[in-house]
Amino acid sequence: MLELKALSRHFGGVRAVDGLELSIARGEILGLIGPNGSGKSTTVNLITGLFAPSAGRVVFDGEDLTGAPTHRRVARGIARTFQNIRLFGRLTVWQNLWVAQNSPADRAERGFFARWLGGSRGVRERLAGLLELAGLAHRRDELAASLSFGEQRRLELARALATRPKLLLLDEPAAGMNAEEIGQLDERIRRLKGEGYTILLIEHHMELVMAVADRIAVLNFGQKIAEGPPPAIQADPAVRKAYLGSDAK
Amino acid sequence: MDFYVGLAQLIGVHALLGLSAYVVLLTGQVSLAQAGFFAIGAYAAGMLTVMAGWPLLAALPVASLAGAAAACAVGFPALRVRGLMLVIATLAFAEVVRLFFFNFDFQVARAGVKVGPLGGEGFRQIRYFPENAWTTLEVTLFIWAFVAAIMALLWWFDRSRFGTVLRAVGDDELAAQSVGISLTGAKVTAMALGGAIAGIGGGIYAHYTTHIEQANFNILLATLAIAYPLVGGLSNVFGTLVAVVFVQGLLVEGLRFLGDWRNLLFGALIVLAMNLRPSGLFGARGA
Repeated sequence: MLELKALSRHFGGVRAVDGLELSIARGEILGLIGPNGSGKSTTVNLITGLFAPSAGRVVFDGEDLTGAPTHRRVARGIARTFQNIRLFGRLTVWQNLWVAQNSPADRAERGFFARWLGGSRGVRERLAGLLELAGLAHRRDELAASLSFGEQRRLELARALATRPKLLLLDEPAAGMNAEEIGQLDERIRRLKGEGYTILLIEHHMELVMAVADRIAVLNFGQKIAEGPPPAIQADPAVRKAYLGSDAK
Repeated sequence: MDFYVGLAQLIGVHALLGLSAYVVLLTGQVSLAQAGFFAIGAYAAGMLTVMAGWPLLAALPVASLAGAAAACAVGFPALRVRGLMLVIATLAFAEVVRLFFFNFDFQVARAGVKVGPLGGEGFRQIRYFPENAWTTLEVTLFIWAFVAAIMALLWWFDRSRFGTVLRAVGDDELAAQSVGISLTGAKVTAMALGGAIAGIGGGIYAHYTTHIEQANFNILLATLAIAYPLVGGLSNVFGTLVAVVFVQGLLVEGLRFLGDWRNLLFGALIVLAMNLRPSGLFGARGA
């Protein structure tokens, strides 16, 4: 579904991502791990088009999206959440989802004029369903900035789903969560997979990645040093070395 | 009484100017170009009624389109800069427009008299209202009909999905892109809408003063345009109107008895207002 071909991004002399080859199959959960500064977030920004690559290509559903602007990639079905939650704090919970409905299907349903005016009942019902799923129905008209941390994470995921994505890029969704919340997140990710979403999960919380990912790719200094099913990755000497230093046995 | 009617006219026209900046400000763009769009609308409408003999109601839509077209021309390059750089770039545009009209001589003879803009001399003879025997009261009502209509339109627009999209862009551009919003589309549309409103405002302004010149469209006007929505707050369009009344009615006119000290106190009161109400007189909660 998504293919990164020899993707590179250099910042001055730093090779944040260096010749990365990565592919994600439809319906799969791919875990992307690596030490701090290994290029995980840069990879997400290259996939979503916030950064232009220095070299290489991004191919999604057979279409080369390398030079496409971010909003067009979202329309094709790539949605993301941010490591440091980025909601529209001055909009209400409901409005945060409302402005995210930019998919071709939603545009068609709204028609040209309705797109400016508001939206049909179908659109509103879909948003109500997303709010219900995120457990935020009772906070519908609160400002997003007034939500608790956990609620903000749930709203951000719901907002990504409101764009009707095929591929979800989750950038450290467990950051700052306690054990109970991580348990709920685990459940939510599995449910999304069950609904047919393809997921790229970037995460530091190993237990979570190992539990939900079908396959894991490991980055270090912008290069892929290992790829495989979770047990193989746990046993991989190169991965241990990257995480624990050269003396690790 | 005349004084208050004149003040009401001025407040109406400045409200249109402030509303044009309000729309652009929703997307987080601080634009000093509004005075330029206002000037373009003023000259366009004036030339149409004086030189081509159009009725004012036909000239205003053209003035509005001229403002919107100029705003599109500014909007696209403005996408590449933000923050202070955008302020400088839009200010430069407003100055270019002003200097253009400073050098703009284009007169035609009508009924044996040469009429039209004459560079630094300005553009006199915009006598549509007196020629058609409009009373001052009628002119005032005319102005406020436009203010009311545009405020109603913006009030509705603010509640529409597209208005919300503009606010989302103003809130967080990166997040807006990431949910599929086209920054180009949102920002340029806001600019064009702002330009259209400023064009109407300028067109009306030219006709109620009957004489315009480049000095009317200076940095002070550009600053006032953006100051109104900033002082009034962005939670709704009424904030901008209240800010115009506050600035033009209370500060500019109300402090006239202070003579030269007025400008000093004027500045101090703006600073005070911004400190006491940092998100505007009617600022949004927590913003």
